[in-house]
Amino acid sequence: MSRIHVTTTINGDETDFLCDAEDTLLDVLRDRLGLTGTKEGCGTGDCGACSVLVDGRLVCSCLMLGAEAEGREVATIEGMARGDQLHPLQQKFIEMAALQCGICTPGILVAAKSLLERNPDPSEEEVRYWLAGNLCRCTGYDKIIRAVMETAADMRRAS
Amino acid sequence: MALDQTGKTRDFKVVGTRPNRPDGIDKVTGRARFGADIVAPGMLTGRILRSPHAHARILRIDASKAEALPGVKAVVTRADFGDVPDHVADIMDNCMAGAKALYDGHAVAAVAANSAAVARKALRLIEVEYEVLPSVTDVDAAMRPGASVLHEGRQQETVPGGMSGNVISRVEFGHGDIEAGLKRADRVVTRIYRTAATHQGYIEPHACLATMGPDGQADLWVCTQGHYMVRNTCAAILGMEQGQLRVTASEIGGGFGGKTTVFLEPVALMLSRKAGRPVKMVMSRTEVLRATGPTASTSIDVKIGMRKDGKITAAFAELRYQGGAYPGSPVDMGSMSAFAPYDLENVKTVGWDVVTNRPKAAAYRAPGAPMAAFAVESAIDELAKGFGLDPLEVRLMNGADKGTRASYGPTYPAIGLKATLEAARAHPHWKAPLGENQGRGVACGFWFNFGGDTCVSLNVTPDGTVNVSEGNPDIGGSRASMTMMAAEELGIPYDQVRTIIADTGSLGQNEVTDGSRVTFAVGLATIEAARAAKREMCRRAAMVWGIDEDAVEWEDGAARPAGPNAGKFPPMTLKEIAAIASNSGGPIAGHHEVNAEGAGVSFATHMVDVEVDPDTGATRILRYTVFQDAGKAVHPSYVEGQFQGGAVQGIGWALNEEYIYDKDGILQNPGFLDYRIPVASDLPMIDTVILEIPNPGHPYGVRGVGETSIVPPLAAIANAVSAAAGVRMVQLPMSPPRILAAMQGRGRA
Repeated sequence: MSRIHVTTTINGDETDFLCDAEDTLLDVLRDRLGLTGTKEGCGTGDCGACSVLVDGRLVCSCLMLGAEAEGREVATIEGMARGDQLHPLQQKFIEMAALQCGICTPGILVAAKSLLERNPDPSEEEVRYWLAGNLCRCTGYDKIIRAVMETAADMRRAS
Repeated sequence: MALDQTGKTRDFKVVGTRPNRPDGIDKVTGRARFGADIVAPGMLTGRILRSPHAHARILRIDASKAEALPGVKAVVTRADFGDVPDHVADIMDNCMAGAKALYDGHAVAAVAANSAAVARKALRLIEVEYEVLPSVTDVDAAMRPGASVLHEGRQQETVPGGMSGNVISRVEFGHGDIEAGLKRADRVVTRIYRTAATHQGYIEPHACLATMGPDGQADLWVCTQGHYMVRNTCAAILGMEQGQLRVTASEIGGGFGGKTTVFLEPVALMLSRKAGRPVKMVMSRTEVLRATGPTASTSIDVKIGMRKDGKITAAFAELRYQGGAYPGSPVDMGSMSAFAPYDLENVKTVGWDVVTNRPKAAAYRAPGAPMAAFAVESAIDELAKGFGLDPLEVRLMNGADKGTRASYGPTYPAIGLKATLEAARAHPHWKAPLGENQGRGVACGFWFNFGGDTCVSLNVTPDGTVNVSEGNPDIGGSRASMTMMAAEELGIPYDQVRTIIADTGSLGQNEVTDGSRVTFAVGLATIEAARAAKREMCRRAAMVWGIDEDAVEWEDGAARPAGPNAGKFPPMTLKEIAAIASNSGGPIAGHHEVNAEGAGVSFATHMVDVEVDPDTGATRILRYTVFQDAGKAVHPSYVEGQFQGGAVQGIGWALNEEYIYDKDGILQNPGFLDYRIPVASDLPMIDTVILEIPNPGHPYGVRGVGETSIVPPLAAIANAVSAAAGVRMVQLPMSPPRILAAMQGRGRA
C-alpha cells in the first residue's frame, strides 16, 4: 500500500509524515505524531473533542484527511501554552474548575481560543453557541462558559 | 468501627477552600494520558465483530479466512475462554457471546492485527451463521406471557408462576397498610409513568492496552472507574491469579457508572495471550452506544393518597425495569429510593427485574433512582396542585427527618432533606415571576451513598513533603479533595502534598469509584492514614526529647509537648522530623485500610423554570437551581460541578435522550448526532446552593455528592413542563412531538 508524504506546519514547527489515504488528520496527530492531546470522542464530527485550527479555521480533525494538511498550518492543544506560560484560558479553566474529567477540555480550549481571537467581547449567548459543537458531559457547561467570559474580560483589560 | 463525631465545630484551614487541582495543568495542555493515549512496543490493534441481530442463536463461527490474512496475529471467540466461574458468567457472556447473541451489537469474535485496517478487513472475513430469533426490547412487552424468552431457567422463586421467563425477580419494600391509608385520603392519584433508556454519554470511549506474557503475568492499562474490579473480574474470566495481573487506571474521560464493569478488557487480555504481543483496543462511539451499559427503561405505576391539607396517607409504586440482556436491572434501588424522602405511615413498593434484547444495563449515576423519583414526584406534584397547595410546603409536611423510618427499612440519623426544601422556599427563584407559556417545577431526590473497601498509603518523603497513594480513579477532582484532607489533617500547606492513583499492585483492594463513595470513604482513609503518620511523628519527637510519647501532641504541622508538665521543647515540624527519620527508626508513613461504613444518605431539591413553545412543543430551560446537602463541601467548586453536571444530565434525560429501537431490535440512533445530549446553547447557568448538614460517619462530616443531583431533575422538569403546557406529562423524554401531541389532546382525555 503506497503512502502519502505530507509536509505541514504543526504548532509552528515544520513537520512531515507518511499517511494512508484514509487516515484522518486526527489519526495522524494521535497515532503517527504522538500528539494525543487531541481526543476522539465520536469520529463523526458531533462532539468537538478533536477540535484543531487549520489555517486559523476551527475544524473537527476527525472530519479532515491527514493528506489535506499538506502546506497548511495546524494548531493543536499542545501548542496553546508558550513554554511554561499557560494561555489565559488554560489558567482560568484550572482556577475556575471548568473541567471535571478533562477529556473535552483540549477541544473546548482550542475552540474558545478561536472565539476570543475573533470576538474579544462575546456575550454569554455567543459563547454558548460558539461552543455548541463541543460536548461536555461532566460540567453542565456552567463553569466553562463563566471561565471563557472571565478570560475574555481579563484579556480585554490587559490589552 | 470507631469514628469521630463531628459535634464540635472545627475550624478548617484547607477544607472548604478552592485550590487548583493537581491534575489541572496536564488536563489543559493535552498531556494527561487517557485510555487511548498510550502505546507499547510491538503493539497490535484489536477489534470486535458484533452481532447485527437483536436475538440469534450462533450456529457456527468460521474464522479461518481471517486467521489466514497477513497481519492478523490472533482471533478470539467464546470458545477460547472455556468455562468461567459462575460469578463472572454473565459478564463473560456479555463480553463475548456464547450460544446466543442477545442484543444488537453483542460481541461475537475479536481479532488482533498489525494495523487497524487489517483488523477491520479481518472482521469482514469471519463467517458467522446465525439463526435469527424473535426479539423484545420493551419492558412491558417482555413481561407478557408469550414474549420471546432470552434465558431459560433464570427466573427466581420470588416470581409467581405463569409470568414470562423474562421476569427474573421481584422485590418488595415498605410498611403499614396501603388500603387503609388510601381510605383516609381525600384524593388518590393513579398514573403510569414511562422513561426511556439513556446512556451515561461519557465523551471518552472505552479503551485499554493489554500485555500478557507466556509466564502468565499481565499488565493492563485501562480507562475504568475501578481498576481493582477490572483486575478481579478479568483474573476470574482468564483463570489467572489476581496478583499476576497488574492493572493501571488511565485518566478517565467520564464514566457516571458506565465504566464500573468490563467490556473490552478480558478480550484484549485473551488476544494478547494468544498473539504474545500487547493489544490495544478502543471502542468507536457507535460501539459505546450499542454495546456498553446504558440504563434501564422503565414502566412505573404509582398510587398515592393525600388529604386535602397535603398529608400523604398512603403511597404505593410498582416498578418494572428492563436491564438489558442479563439479570440485574437497578429496580431494587429504584424500589428502595422511590419514597425515601418522605415520612410515611403506609408505604409499599414492588419491583420487577426484567430482561430484554438490549445491552446489559450498567450503573448510571444513582442507578434506578431518577426514574422512580420521576414517577413519585410527579404524582405528589399533581396531588398538591389539585388541592391548590404549595408543592414545597407539601413536601416539607411529609418530608423525612432525623428519626424517620425510611420506606426501605432504616431509621435516619441527621439528614438534610428539609434544609434543602427550606433553602428552596427562601430562594428568590421561588418567587420570581413567570411569563406566558412558562412553568416552574420542583422535585426532591435521594441517594443512599456508599463506603466500601478502601486503602490509602501516605508517605512522608525525606524532605518532608507528602505523597498520598489511593486506589480510586479520579473522575471529577477527587485527587484535589484527598490532597486537601491530607494537608488539613497534617497541618501543612496544600502544595506540600501530592496524591496519585496507585495501580493494583501497590495497594490492597479498593471498591470501584461509585456510590458517591470516594470523597467520603477515601477521604476518611486519607485522614486516618495521616493520623497514623502523625502518631508516628509524635513518637519520633518524644524519642528525641526523651519524654513519653503520650506527652506529645500534633498541632499546626508540628509535634509539641502536650502541656506544661511534658517539658519545655520547641515544636518539631513535619520537615524537621522527616529529616531525622532515618536516624530515628526509619522512613515515616501512615496507612489505613477499611470497609468504610457510615456514608450518610443524601437529599436534594431542584427548582426549574421552563418555557414550552405552543407551536412546536419544544422546551427551553430558563432557570435552574440545585439545593443539596453535601455534609461538608471539601472543595466547593467541585461540589457545585457535581450538582451542575447531574442536573444537566437529568435535563437531557427529561427532554432529549432516548434509545430508539426498531421492531427488529436494532438500535436506530447509535451516535451523538441522533442520541443528543445537552449542548452549551441548550442551557442557562445552573445555580447551586450547598447545604452542610454534617455526616456523623465522617471525621469532617463529608457526604458523597455525585449521584443525588441526577435524581430530582426528571420530575422537576416534568412538573415545570406540565405546568407550562397545561397537561400532565407522564412519559420521557418530553420531546417536542410528544409535548405537542399532549397539548393537542388536552381536554379530550
